[in-house]
Amino acid sequence: MSIKILEKKILADVSGSRIVQIKVPAKDIAAKAKAGQFIVLMVAEEGERIPLTIADIDSNKTTITIIFQEAGLTTRLLGKLGPNDSLYALAGPLGHPTEIHENEDVFIVGGGVGIAEIYPVARAFKAKSNRVTTILGARTKELLILEEELKKASDNFYVTTDDGSYGKKGFVTDILKDLLAGKKACNLVYAVGPIPMMRKVAETTKPFNVKTLVSLNALMVDATGMCGCCRVSVGGKTRFSCVDGPEFNAHEVDWDELVKRNKIYYDKEQHICKLSLE
Amino acid sequence: MKREPVKIKEVAASARSENFDEVILGYNEEEALREAARCLQCKNPLCISGCPVGIDIKTFIYKITQKDYAGSYNTIRERNNFPSICGRVCPAEYQCRKACVLTKRGERFASPQAINIHFLERFAGDYGMNHPVAAAEAKRTGPNVKKVAVVGSGPAGLCCAGELARAGIKVVMFEGLHKLGGVLRYGIPPFRLPRNILDYEIESLKKMGVEFIPNFIAGRNKDVDELLKEFSAVFLGLGAGIPSFLGIKGENLCNIYSANEFLTRVNLMSAYKFPKAHTPVNIGKSMVIIGGGNTAMDAARCALRLQKMNGMSPNTTILYRRSEVELPARRLEIEHAREEGIKFKLLVKPQEFVGDEKGFVTKLRCLQCELGEPDASGRRKPIEIPGSDFEVDCDIAVVAIGLNANEILTKVTPALKTDKYGDVIVEQESMETSIKNVFAGGDIVGGEGTVIEAMGMAKRAAKSIIEKLCNQR
Repeated sequence: MSIKILEKKILADVSGSRIVQIKVPAKDIAAKAKAGQFIVLMVAEEGERIPLTIADIDSNKTTITIIFQEAGLTTRLLGKLGPNDSLYALAGPLGHPTEIHENEDVFIVGGGVGIAEIYPVARAFKAKSNRVTTILGARTKELLILEEELKKASDNFYVTTDDGSYGKKGFVTDILKDLLAGKKACNLVYAVGPIPMMRKVAETTKPFNVKTLVSLNALMVDATGMCGCCRVSVGGKTRFSCVDGPEFNAHEVDWDELVKRNKIYYDKEQHICKLSLE
Repeated sequence: MKREPVKIKEVAASARSENFDEVILGYNEEEALREAARCLQCKNPLCISGCPVGIDIKTFIYKITQKDYAGSYNTIRERNNFPSICGRVCPAEYQCRKACVLTKRGERFASPQAINIHFLERFAGDYGMNHPVAAAEAKRTGPNVKKVAVVGSGPAGLCCAGELARAGIKVVMFEGLHKLGGVLRYGIPPFRLPRNILDYEIESLKKMGVEFIPNFIAGRNKDVDELLKEFSAVFLGLGAGIPSFLGIKGENLCNIYSANEFLTRVNLMSAYKFPKAHTPVNIGKSMVIIGGGNTAMDAARCALRLQKMNGMSPNTTILYRRSEVELPARRLEIEHAREEGIKFKLLVKPQEFVGDEKGFVTKLRCLQCELGEPDASGRRKPIEIPGSDFEVDCDIAVVAIGLNANEILTKVTPALKTDKYGDVIVEQESMETSIKNVFAGGDIVGGEGTVIEAMGMAKRAAKSIIEKLCNQR
C-alpha cells in the first residue's frame, strides 16, 4: 500500500525556513480523524517516526493535509519529497480530539507553524456555533500561513508579527491581554505554537482565570503510548502527550521540563543534519 | 552411563558485545545428535507438561536421534508454529527443562543435567527453515469463506494467525507499528533473535495466505464493532503496552528512558546504526538499568554494546531490589550479561534521580535493602535498611520494571470487560471475551508473560474460533 503524495505546496519560504503543505491519500485516517488529532509518519525505512498535526481532511474523507516547517532532518527530507514520491509509513489518528462545546466564546491563538494546528480546531468551534476570536502570530509577514482560511472561520481576527511587517507589531499575547483586560467574554483560550509562545499565553491568561488549553509538541517515538518518550508533567503528574494529550491545561504544564526534554537529542540532531544534507 | 550435556557454541563475550549479531550459534548436526541421545525417552515424559503449548518433546527428540530432522520439525510444528523463535527465547529452565526428569526435585530452575530441549528445538526449527520441509502449507479444508481479524502481530497474534491459516481460515492481521512482530521486533534485540529468523516466520505466514496490514491502529482506524462487521471473529493480541515508572523524584529528567523506549529506539528503529538510521539514542559513561527481568537484561546488553561500539569503556550496571535468586530473567540471559561485563548491584532500591542545570540525569540516590518475609508473589520482600543511603553515577537510566495493559482499543470499547489492571477478561478455556466472537490472548490477558505463554493462549483461542466457525457453517 503506497502512500503517494498527491499535492505539495510551499506555504512560506524565508531564508531557508520553509513551511510546506502536502496532501496524501489516507482513507482510514480521514474517516475517523477529528480536530486536534495527529498522525505519525516516516519518510523512509531507516527514518524516524515523527508526529504531525492533521491540518485538513477533504470533503470525501479520502485524503489528509499535513503542514510542517522544515527544521530537523526528517522534516527536511519530507520537504524534499514531491508529488508521486511516497511516504514509508503513515498511521493515525492519534491523541484525543479537541473537546468542542457549543455556543461559547473561544479565543484561538496560533503562532508560526502552530497555525496549521489551530486551523481545524477553529473550524470545529465555528461549526458548533461558538464565537471564535483568532489571534495569529508570525515572525514576519512571509511566514504567516492560512490567513484567509482562518479569517473565514473567525468572528474576530487579529494578526501580529514580531517585526511589524504585517498586522500589529508585537506578540499574540499583547492582543490577548488587551482583549481579556477589556473584559471581552471568553470561555476558553486555545493556543498552539512554539513553546515560549504557549508558555507566555499561559502566563497571560492565568491572572484572568480563563481556561487555557495548549497542544504540546513533545518528542515521540511510537506515539501510541508504548514508550513514554513524550511524558510531560501536568499538575504534578506525569502524563503521556501521545495518549493522554496532546492537549493539556496550560496553567498546569511544567514548561521548564518540557523545554529541557525537547532538547535531549540536540547534539545528535545537529550532527545528523550536517551529515545527511551536505 | 551418564553423559554430559552438550555445550552450545557461543561467540566469545568480548567479541560479541561489540555488535548486535546473534550470540548463541546453535548445535551442529553432530552436537544435536549427541544431546538428543541423552534423552531418556521416558514412558511418561514430564517435559511435555512443562511446555505451555504441549509440544511432543519426546517424539521430536527421538526423531532427531533417527536423523529424521524434517519429521522432528513437523512434530514441533504440530503444536508450535515458531520453533526457531521459541528455541531462542523460551525460558526453558522454568518450563520444559524444569519438568525434565533429569532436573533434581525441588530445584528452582532446571538442573544443568536436564536435556537442552530448547537448543534441540532451535536445531530442528532452523533445519526446517533451511530445508524444503512441507509443513507450513495451509490445508484449505476449513471454512475459508470465513475471515478472521487478528489485532497485533506479536507472539500471540502470529501464533493465532498461523493456527487459523492452517485450518484454512482467511486471516487479516493488523499491526499498529510500521513493522511486524510486536515485542519480538521492538523488544527482543537482534543478538537474541536475529531479524532474518523473525522475517522468515512472518514470510511463511504470508505464504499460508495471511494478509498483513501495518500502520493500522485498532480502536482508531476501526473499532471492534466495525471489525465484527467485516470479520466472523476477532482475536486481540494487543500486548502489554504502557511502561511503568518508579514514581520517584527526578524521573522525568533527560536521558531517563523506559525500557520500552530504549529498546524500541535500538531494536525497532535501529538506533545502534545512527546516523545511518535516523532515530537517535543517547549513550552514557555510566548506564544504569533498573529491574531484573529479561527486558532489563536486554536493555543492559544493548547499553553495553552501544558503549563499546562508540569507543567508550563498558560501564553498565543492573540495579535490582531483591537478590540474585529472585531475578526473574532467564538464567542464560543473566549468565550472558555477566560474561559480557554487566555489573549487578543487588538489593538496591532507587530513591531519587539527581540532574544537572540542563535537566540531564547525573546521579541516582539509592537505599540498600535486605530480604524479609515472602510477599504475595511468593518472593521474599525487599525491606529498605534505614541510613544505608548511597549514590551511583548515572548519566543514562533505563527503567525496566514492567508494563501495563495497552488501552488504546480497550478504552474505546466499553463492552469489552477488563480487570483492575486494564487486562481483558476472557473465559479461560475458550479465550472468548465479554463480546461475542471476540477473543484475546497474550499479555493483554495475562499481564506480562513469556512468548510461549502468549502462544499457548493464542492456540486455545484459535481452537475455539475454528470450532465456532465450523459449527456456524
